[in-house]
Amino acid sequence: MSTTPLTAARLGLVACGTCGLLSRPAGPGEAGFCRRCGSKLHGRHPNSLQSTWALAVAAAVCFLPANALPVMVTNAFGSSTPDTILGGVVFLFTTGSWPLALIVLVASFMIPLGKLIALAWLLISIQRRTRGGERRRMRLHRAVRAVGPWSMLDVFVATFTVALVQLDPLMSVEPGMGVLFFASVVVLTMLAAESLDPRLLWDRDPVDIKRA
Amino acid sequence: MADVVACPGCDLLQHLPPIPPKGRARCPRCGEIVATTPADPIERPLALALAAAITLVVANAMPLMTLSVVGRFAETTILGGAEVMWRQGQPITATLVAFCTAVAPTIYLVLMCTLLVAARRAPAPAWVGPLLRLAEHAKAWSLPEVMLLGILVALVKIADLATVEPGIGLFSTGALLVLLATLAVQFDPEAVWHRIAWVNPAALHHRGKGIAAVPDGDPNA
Ligand SMILES: [Zn+2]
Ligand SMILES: [Zn+2]
Repeated sequence: MSTTPLTAARLGLVACGTCGLLSRPAGPGEAGFCRRCGSKLHGRHPNSLQSTWALAVAAAVCFLPANALPVMVTNAFGSSTPDTILGGVVFLFTTGSWPLALIVLVASFMIPLGKLIALAWLLISIQRRTRGGERRRMRLHRAVRAVGPWSMLDVFVATFTVALVQLDPLMSVEPGMGVLFFASVVVLTMLAAESLDPRLLWDRDPVDIKRA
Repeated sequence: MADVVACPGCDLLQHLPPIPPKGRARCPRCGEIVATTPADPIERPLALALAAAITLVVANAMPLMTLSVVGRFAETTILGGAEVMWRQGQPITATLVAFCTAVAPTIYLVLMCTLLVAARRAPAPAWVGPLLRLAEHAKAWSLPEVMLLGILVALVKIADLATVEPGIGLFSTGALLVLLATLAVQFDPEAVWHRIAWVNPAALHHRGKGIAAVPDGDPNA
Protein backbone atom coordinates (compact mmCIF):
# COMPACT_ATOMS: atom_id res chain seq x y z
CA MET A 1 0.00 0.00 0.00
CA SER A 2 1.46 3.33 -1.06
CA THR A 3 1.46 6.36 1.21
CA THR A 4 -0.72 8.35 -1.18
CA PRO A 5 -4.15 6.75 -1.55
CA LEU A 6 -5.01 5.75 -5.07
CA THR A 7 -7.84 7.97 -6.21
CA ALA A 8 -9.56 8.12 -9.59
CA ALA A 9 -7.97 11.55 -10.15
CA ARG A 10 -4.44 10.15 -9.61
CA LEU A 11 -5.04 7.57 -12.31
CA GLY A 12 -6.36 10.30 -14.59
CA LEU A 13 -9.90 8.93 -14.39
CA VAL A 14 -13.15 10.75 -13.77
CA ALA A 15 -16.13 9.22 -11.95
CA CYS A 16 -19.46 10.31 -13.47
CA GLY A 17 -21.33 12.54 -11.01
CA THR A 18 -24.65 11.02 -12.04
CA CYS A 19 -24.12 7.29 -12.49
CA GLY A 20 -20.68 6.75 -10.98
CA LEU A 21 -19.12 5.13 -14.05
CA LEU A 22 -15.36 5.62 -14.35
CA SER A 23 -14.12 7.19 -17.57
CA ARG A 24 -10.87 8.51 -18.99
CA PRO A 25 -11.36 12.22 -19.84
CA ALA A 26 -11.86 12.95 -23.54
CA GLY A 27 -9.09 15.55 -23.55
CA PRO A 28 -7.09 17.89 -21.32
CA GLY A 29 -9.28 20.57 -19.77
CA GLU A 30 -12.43 19.06 -21.24
CA ALA A 31 -13.51 15.76 -19.70
CA GLY A 32 -16.39 15.23 -22.14
CA PHE A 33 -19.56 13.27 -21.52
CA CYS A 34 -20.30 10.01 -19.72
CA ARG A 35 -20.69 7.18 -22.21
CA ARG A 36 -23.31 5.43 -20.10
CA CYS A 37 -25.68 8.21 -19.05
CA GLY A 38 -24.59 11.19 -21.17
CA SER A 39 -23.94 13.57 -18.23
CA LYS A 40 -21.19 16.14 -18.54
CA LEU A 41 -18.11 14.87 -16.71
CA HIS A 42 -16.20 16.93 -14.13
CA GLY A 43 -13.14 15.88 -12.12
CA ARG A 44 -14.61 17.86 -9.21
CA HIS A 45 -17.74 20.02 -9.19
CA PRO A 46 -16.79 23.06 -11.29
CA ASN A 47 -16.17 26.20 -9.19
CA SER A 48 -17.26 24.28 -6.09
CA LEU A 49 -15.58 26.60 -3.56
CA GLN A 50 -16.61 29.88 -5.22
CA SER A 51 -20.27 28.91 -5.63
CA THR A 52 -20.49 27.44 -2.13
CA TRP A 53 -19.04 30.65 -0.66
CA ALA A 54 -21.41 32.80 -2.72
CA LEU A 55 -24.50 30.80 -1.69
CA ALA A 56 -23.45 30.67 1.98
CA VAL A 57 -22.80 34.43 2.12
CA ALA A 58 -26.17 35.13 0.46
CA ALA A 59 -27.84 32.86 3.04
CA ALA A 60 -26.06 34.65 5.90
CA VAL A 61 -27.30 38.00 4.56
CA CYS A 62 -30.90 36.71 4.52
CA PHE A 63 -30.57 35.21 8.01
CA LEU A 64 -30.86 38.56 9.80
CA PRO A 65 -34.17 39.77 8.23
CA ALA A 66 -35.47 36.19 8.48
CA ASN A 67 -35.26 36.48 12.24
CA ALA A 68 -35.96 40.19 12.67
CA LEU A 69 -39.08 40.42 10.47
CA PRO A 70 -42.37 38.76 11.43
CA VAL A 71 -43.21 35.43 9.79
CA MET A 72 -46.88 35.79 10.70
CA VAL A 73 -49.19 38.60 11.74
CA THR A 74 -52.29 37.65 13.76
CA ASN A 75 -55.32 39.94 13.46
CA ALA A 76 -57.87 39.28 16.18
CA PHE A 77 -60.53 41.47 17.74
CA GLY A 78 -59.26 44.59 16.00
CA SER A 79 -55.62 44.34 17.03
CA SER A 80 -52.72 42.82 15.12
CA THR A 81 -49.77 40.97 16.66
CA PRO A 82 -46.58 40.29 14.67
CA ASP A 83 -44.87 36.97 15.32
CA THR A 84 -41.18 36.33 14.64
CA ILE A 85 -39.59 32.87 14.62
CA LEU A 86 -38.07 33.25 18.07
CA GLY A 87 -41.31 34.87 19.27
CA GLY A 88 -43.12 31.72 18.11
CA VAL A 89 -40.70 29.59 20.11
CA VAL A 90 -41.39 31.67 23.24
CA PHE A 91 -45.16 31.36 22.59
CA LEU A 92 -44.95 27.55 22.33
CA PHE A 93 -42.80 27.45 25.45
CA THR A 94 -45.13 29.59 27.58
CA THR A 95 -48.22 27.65 26.48
CA GLY A 96 -46.57 24.51 27.82
CA SER A 97 -45.58 22.76 24.57
CA TRP A 98 -41.88 22.88 25.35
CA PRO A 99 -40.99 19.80 23.24
CA LEU A 100 -42.43 21.55 20.17
CA ALA A 101 -40.76 24.81 21.21
CA LEU A 102 -37.45 22.96 21.27
CA ILE A 103 -38.08 21.35 17.85
CA VAL A 104 -38.89 24.73 16.27
CA LEU A 105 -35.93 26.40 17.97
CA VAL A 106 -33.55 23.71 16.71
CA ALA A 107 -35.04 23.44 13.20
CA SER A 108 -35.56 27.15 12.53
CA PHE A 109 -32.73 28.85 14.35
CA MET A 110 -29.95 26.54 15.43
CA ILE A 111 -29.81 24.35 12.28
CA PRO A 112 -29.58 27.26 9.78
CA LEU A 113 -27.00 29.03 11.94
CA GLY A 114 -25.04 25.83 12.56
CA LYS A 115 -25.12 25.03 8.85
CA LEU A 116 -23.64 28.41 7.95
CA ILE A 117 -20.85 28.05 10.52
CA ALA A 118 -20.15 24.46 9.41
CA LEU A 119 -20.02 25.40 5.73
CA ALA A 120 -17.64 28.30 6.42
CA TRP A 121 -15.40 26.03 8.48
CA LEU A 122 -15.34 23.33 5.77
CA LEU A 123 -14.57 25.90 3.08
CA ILE A 124 -11.75 27.48 5.09
CA SER A 125 -10.25 24.08 5.93
CA ILE A 126 -10.26 23.14 2.23
CA GLN A 127 -8.67 26.43 1.22
CA ARG A 128 -5.97 26.11 3.89
CA ARG A 129 -5.39 22.46 2.92
CA THR A 130 -5.82 21.46 6.56
CA ARG A 131 -4.60 17.92 7.16
CA GLY A 132 -6.09 15.53 9.70
CA GLY A 133 -9.68 15.09 10.82
CA GLU A 134 -10.96 14.48 7.29
CA ARG A 135 -13.34 11.77 8.47
CA ARG A 136 -14.76 14.11 11.09
CA ARG A 137 -15.21 16.92 8.56
CA MET A 138 -16.75 14.40 6.14
CA ARG A 139 -19.31 13.45 8.79
CA LEU A 140 -20.04 17.14 9.35
CA HIS A 141 -20.63 17.62 5.60
CA ARG A 142 -22.99 14.63 5.53
CA ALA A 143 -24.83 16.01 8.59
CA VAL A 144 -25.20 19.44 6.95
CA ARG A 145 -26.75 17.82 3.88
CA ALA A 146 -29.03 15.56 5.93
CA VAL A 147 -30.53 18.16 8.29
CA GLY A 148 -30.87 20.86 5.62
CA PRO A 149 -34.49 20.23 4.64
CA TRP A 150 -35.70 20.25 8.26
CA SER A 151 -35.13 23.99 8.51
CA MET A 152 -38.04 24.35 6.09
CA LEU A 153 -40.25 23.53 9.10
CA ASP A 154 -41.25 27.09 9.97
CA VAL A 155 -42.20 27.85 6.36
CA PHE A 156 -44.75 25.02 6.56
CA VAL A 157 -45.93 26.07 10.02
CA ALA A 158 -46.60 29.58 8.71
CA THR A 159 -48.27 28.31 5.52
CA PHE A 160 -50.73 25.98 7.22
CA THR A 161 -51.51 28.39 10.05
CA VAL A 162 -52.26 31.12 7.50
CA ALA A 163 -54.29 28.69 5.36
CA LEU A 164 -56.52 27.62 8.25
CA VAL A 165 -56.99 30.78 10.24
CA GLN A 166 -58.93 32.92 7.77
CA LEU A 167 -62.04 33.69 9.80
CA ASP A 168 -62.65 37.35 8.99
CA PRO A 169 -63.71 39.50 10.73
CA LEU A 170 -63.20 37.40 13.85
CA MET A 171 -59.60 36.38 13.43
CA SER A 172 -57.10 35.98 10.62
CA VAL A 173 -53.41 35.27 10.21
CA GLU A 174 -51.35 36.86 7.42
CA PRO A 175 -47.84 35.86 6.35
CA GLY A 176 -45.07 38.40 7.06
CA MET A 177 -41.97 39.22 5.01
CA GLY A 178 -39.83 37.17 7.40
CA VAL A 179 -41.14 33.95 5.87
CA LEU A 180 -39.75 34.87 2.43
CA PHE A 181 -36.26 35.60 3.84
CA PHE A 182 -36.45 32.49 5.95
CA ALA A 183 -37.35 30.30 2.94
CA SER A 184 -34.43 31.92 1.07
CA VAL A 185 -32.01 30.98 3.88
CA VAL A 186 -33.15 27.36 3.71
CA VAL A 187 -32.97 27.08 -0.08
CA LEU A 188 -29.59 28.87 -0.29
CA THR A 189 -27.97 26.71 2.42
CA MET A 190 -29.34 23.54 0.79
CA LEU A 191 -27.85 24.60 -2.56
CA ALA A 192 -24.57 25.56 -0.85
CA ALA A 193 -24.24 22.15 0.83
CA GLU A 194 -24.98 20.47 -2.51
CA SER A 195 -22.39 22.51 -4.42
CA LEU A 196 -19.57 21.73 -1.96
CA ASP A 197 -17.66 18.76 -3.41
CA PRO A 198 -16.61 16.54 -0.46
CA ARG A 199 -13.73 15.08 -2.48
CA LEU A 200 -11.96 18.45 -2.12
CA LEU A 201 -11.61 17.67 1.61
CA TRP A 202 -9.41 14.70 0.72
CA ASP A 203 -7.41 16.09 -2.18
CA ARG A 204 -3.74 16.33 -1.14
CA ASP A 205 -1.82 15.55 -4.20
CA PRO A 206 -1.00 18.43 -6.58
CA VAL A 207 -2.36 16.14 -9.32
CA ASP A 208 -5.75 15.98 -7.57
CA ILE A 209 -5.79 19.70 -6.89
CA LYS A 210 -4.85 20.63 -10.44
CA ARG A 211 -7.78 18.60 -11.71
CA ALA A 212 -10.22 20.21 -9.28
CA MET B 1 -10.70 -7.03 -12.54
CA ALA B 2 -13.82 -7.05 -10.41
CA ASP B 3 -16.12 -4.06 -10.00
CA VAL B 4 -13.99 -0.97 -9.45
CA VAL B 5 -15.65 2.22 -8.25
CA ALA B 6 -14.45 5.66 -7.23
CA CYS B 7 -15.90 6.74 -3.88
CA PRO B 8 -18.35 9.64 -4.41
CA GLY B 9 -17.18 11.12 -1.11
CA CYS B 10 -13.37 11.10 -1.46
CA ASP B 11 -12.57 9.72 -4.94
CA LEU B 12 -10.70 6.68 -3.53
CA LEU B 13 -10.62 3.79 -6.01
CA GLN B 14 -11.76 0.50 -4.58
CA HIS B 15 -12.68 -3.03 -5.59
CA LEU B 16 -16.18 -3.88 -4.48
CA PRO B 17 -16.21 -7.11 -2.47
CA PRO B 18 -19.12 -9.51 -3.01
CA ILE B 19 -21.91 -7.95 -0.93
CA PRO B 20 -24.54 -10.23 0.65
CA PRO B 21 -28.18 -9.46 -0.17
CA LYS B 22 -29.53 -6.51 1.84
CA GLY B 23 -25.91 -5.54 2.60
CA ARG B 24 -24.02 -2.33 1.94
CA ALA B 25 -20.39 -1.43 1.46
CA ARG B 26 -18.77 1.65 2.94
CA CYS B 27 -15.63 3.44 1.80
CA PRO B 28 -12.74 2.48 4.14
CA ARG B 29 -11.31 6.00 4.01
CA CYS B 30 -14.27 8.36 4.43
CA GLY B 31 -17.17 6.09 5.39
CA GLU B 32 -19.47 7.03 2.48
CA ILE B 33 -21.76 4.22 1.27
CA VAL B 34 -20.34 3.02 -2.06
CA ALA B 35 -22.72 0.14 -2.83
CA THR B 36 -25.91 -1.49 -1.60
CA THR B 37 -27.64 -4.68 -2.66
CA PRO B 38 -31.38 -4.66 -2.03
CA ALA B 39 -33.08 -8.08 -2.05
CA ASP B 40 -35.21 -7.26 -5.08
CA PRO B 41 -33.97 -4.20 -7.00
CA ILE B 42 -36.85 -3.65 -9.46
CA GLU B 43 -40.16 -5.32 -8.60
CA ARG B 44 -40.38 -4.33 -4.94
CA PRO B 45 -39.46 -0.65 -5.47
CA LEU B 46 -41.98 -0.59 -8.33
CA ALA B 47 -44.77 -1.86 -6.05
CA LEU B 48 -43.78 0.69 -3.39
CA ALA B 49 -43.63 3.55 -5.91
CA LEU B 50 -47.11 2.67 -7.25
CA ALA B 51 -48.57 2.49 -3.72
CA ALA B 52 -46.88 5.79 -2.82
CA ALA B 53 -48.29 7.44 -5.98
CA ILE B 54 -51.85 6.43 -5.04
CA THR B 55 -51.33 7.63 -1.46
CA LEU B 56 -49.95 10.93 -2.76
CA VAL B 57 -53.14 11.50 -4.80
CA VAL B 58 -55.32 10.81 -1.73
CA ALA B 59 -53.13 13.02 0.49
CA ASN B 60 -53.55 15.88 -1.98
CA ALA B 61 -57.26 15.42 -2.68
CA MET B 62 -58.51 15.13 0.90
CA PRO B 63 -58.51 17.89 3.57
CA LEU B 64 -55.53 17.89 5.92
CA MET B 65 -57.46 19.31 8.83
CA THR B 66 -60.66 21.08 9.77
CA LEU B 67 -60.91 24.02 12.12
CA SER B 68 -64.04 25.11 13.94
CA VAL B 69 -64.59 28.12 16.15
CA VAL B 70 -67.95 29.51 17.35
CA GLY B 71 -69.91 27.79 14.60
CA ARG B 72 -67.54 28.63 11.75
CA PHE B 73 -65.61 26.02 9.83
CA ALA B 74 -62.49 26.13 7.73
CA GLU B 75 -60.46 23.38 6.12
CA THR B 76 -57.36 23.18 4.00
CA THR B 77 -55.60 20.83 1.61
CA ILE B 78 -51.88 20.74 0.79
CA LEU B 79 -52.15 22.89 -2.34
CA GLY B 80 -54.90 24.94 -0.69
CA GLY B 81 -52.30 26.07 1.85
CA ALA B 82 -49.97 27.24 -0.92
CA GLU B 83 -52.85 28.98 -2.68
CA VAL B 84 -53.77 31.04 0.41
CA MET B 85 -50.11 32.06 0.77
CA TRP B 86 -50.14 33.21 -2.86
CA ARG B 87 -53.29 35.28 -2.37
CA GLN B 88 -51.85 36.77 0.83
CA GLY B 89 -48.97 38.34 -1.12
CA GLN B 90 -46.32 35.59 -0.83
CA PRO B 91 -46.13 34.09 -4.35
CA ILE B 92 -42.48 32.96 -4.02
CA THR B 93 -43.03 31.19 -0.71
CA ALA B 94 -46.27 29.70 -2.06
CA THR B 95 -44.45 28.32 -5.11
CA LEU B 96 -41.72 26.83 -2.92
CA VAL B 97 -44.28 25.20 -0.62
CA ALA B 98 -46.26 23.78 -3.56
CA PHE B 99 -43.05 22.51 -5.14
CA CYS B 100 -41.68 20.75 -2.04
CA THR B 101 -44.99 19.24 -0.91
CA ALA B 102 -46.82 18.31 -4.12
CA VAL B 103 -44.89 18.97 -7.36
CA ALA B 104 -41.53 17.38 -6.45
CA PRO B 105 -43.07 14.21 -4.90
CA THR B 106 -45.34 13.85 -7.97
CA ILE B 107 -42.42 14.23 -10.40
CA TYR B 108 -40.33 11.80 -8.34
CA LEU B 109 -43.00 9.09 -8.17
CA VAL B 110 -44.10 9.41 -11.81
CA LEU B 111 -40.47 9.13 -12.93
CA MET B 112 -39.79 6.21 -10.59
CA CYS B 113 -42.85 4.26 -11.81
CA THR B 114 -41.93 4.92 -15.45
CA LEU B 115 -38.25 4.04 -15.15
CA LEU B 116 -38.83 0.95 -13.02
CA VAL B 117 -41.38 -0.40 -15.51
CA ALA B 118 -38.88 0.28 -18.31
CA ALA B 119 -36.03 -1.35 -16.34
CA ARG B 120 -37.91 -4.61 -15.80
CA ARG B 121 -36.42 -5.91 -19.04
CA ALA B 122 -32.63 -5.63 -19.34
CA PRO B 123 -31.17 -3.83 -21.16
CA ALA B 124 -33.29 -0.83 -20.21
CA PRO B 125 -33.66 1.83 -22.91
CA ALA B 126 -31.13 4.68 -22.76
CA TRP B 127 -33.81 7.29 -21.89
CA VAL B 128 -34.11 5.71 -18.45
CA GLY B 129 -30.78 7.39 -17.55
CA PRO B 130 -31.98 11.01 -17.77
CA LEU B 131 -35.22 10.05 -15.96
CA LEU B 132 -33.24 8.53 -13.11
CA ARG B 133 -31.05 11.62 -12.89
CA LEU B 134 -34.13 13.87 -12.79
CA ALA B 135 -35.81 11.61 -10.20
CA GLU B 136 -32.82 11.98 -7.84
CA HIS B 137 -33.09 15.79 -8.10
CA ALA B 138 -36.86 15.73 -7.49
CA LYS B 139 -36.34 13.46 -4.46
CA ALA B 140 -33.92 15.95 -2.89
CA TRP B 141 -36.61 18.66 -2.96
CA SER B 142 -39.56 16.55 -1.94
CA LEU B 143 -40.15 17.22 1.75
CA PRO B 144 -43.43 15.63 2.91
CA GLU B 145 -41.87 14.60 6.24
CA VAL B 146 -40.95 18.21 7.08
CA MET B 147 -44.41 19.33 5.96
CA LEU B 148 -46.09 16.80 8.28
CA LEU B 149 -44.10 18.06 11.28
CA GLY B 150 -44.92 21.64 10.23
CA ILE B 151 -48.64 20.82 10.16
CA LEU B 152 -48.44 19.23 13.61
CA VAL B 153 -46.76 22.34 15.03
CA ALA B 154 -49.42 24.52 13.37
CA LEU B 155 -52.15 22.31 14.89
CA VAL B 156 -50.72 22.78 18.39
CA LYS B 157 -50.42 26.54 17.88
CA ILE B 158 -54.01 26.88 16.68
CA ALA B 159 -55.43 24.44 19.26
CA ASP B 160 -55.45 27.28 21.81
CA LEU B 161 -57.76 29.42 19.65
CA ALA B 162 -60.06 26.90 18.04
CA THR B 163 -60.93 23.22 17.73
CA VAL B 164 -58.82 21.50 15.10
CA GLU B 165 -59.42 18.04 13.75
CA PRO B 166 -56.97 16.11 11.62
CA GLY B 167 -58.37 14.94 8.28
CA ILE B 168 -57.84 12.04 5.88
CA GLY B 169 -55.18 14.05 4.03
CA LEU B 170 -53.05 14.15 7.17
CA PHE B 171 -53.24 10.40 7.77
CA SER B 172 -52.51 9.73 4.06
CA THR B 173 -49.43 11.95 4.34
CA GLY B 174 -48.29 9.81 7.28
CA ALA B 175 -48.73 6.66 5.19
CA LEU B 176 -46.93 8.33 2.28
CA LEU B 177 -43.88 8.99 4.50
CA VAL B 178 -43.63 5.32 5.46
CA LEU B 179 -43.89 4.24 1.80
CA LEU B 180 -41.30 6.80 0.64
CA ALA B 181 -38.86 5.84 3.40
CA THR B 182 -39.20 2.14 2.52
CA LEU B 183 -38.79 2.94 -1.17
CA ALA B 184 -35.58 4.88 -0.45
CA VAL B 185 -34.14 1.86 1.38
CA GLN B 186 -35.29 -0.73 -1.16
CA PHE B 187 -34.20 1.13 -4.28
CA ASP B 188 -30.62 1.00 -5.49
CA PRO B 189 -30.00 3.35 -8.45
CA GLU B 190 -26.90 1.33 -9.32
CA ALA B 191 -29.11 -1.67 -10.13
CA VAL B 192 -30.90 0.42 -12.76
CA TRP B 193 -27.68 1.99 -14.07
CA HIS B 194 -26.32 -1.50 -14.66
CA ARG B 195 -29.30 -2.35 -16.84
CA ILE B 196 -29.24 0.79 -18.96
CA ALA B 197 -28.17 0.50 -22.56
CA TRP B 198 -25.29 2.92 -22.99
CA VAL B 199 -25.55 6.19 -24.81
CA ASN B 200 -24.85 5.74 -28.49
CA PRO B 201 -21.49 7.51 -29.08
CA ALA B 202 -22.45 8.31 -32.67
CA ALA B 203 -25.51 10.23 -31.47
CA LEU B 204 -23.38 12.29 -29.07
CA HIS B 205 -20.83 13.15 -31.75
CA HIS B 206 -23.66 14.22 -33.96
CA ARG B 207 -24.61 16.80 -31.34
CA GLY B 208 -21.02 18.06 -31.33
CA LYS B 209 -20.11 16.72 -27.91
CA GLY B 210 -16.81 15.07 -27.10
CA ILE B 211 -17.27 11.68 -25.51
CA ALA B 212 -15.08 10.30 -22.76
CA ALA B 213 -12.77 7.46 -23.66
CA VAL B 214 -12.85 4.06 -22.00
CA PRO B 215 -10.37 3.63 -19.11
CA ASP B 216 -7.79 0.89 -19.58
CA GLY B 217 -9.02 -2.46 -18.37
CA ASP B 218 -12.48 -1.11 -17.69
CA PRO B 219 -14.63 -4.11 -16.76
CA ASN B 220 -17.79 -2.41 -17.98
CA ALA B 221 -16.52 -1.63 -21.45
ZN1 LIG C 1 -22.73 8.66 -16.12
ZN1 LIG D 1 -14.47 7.57 0.36
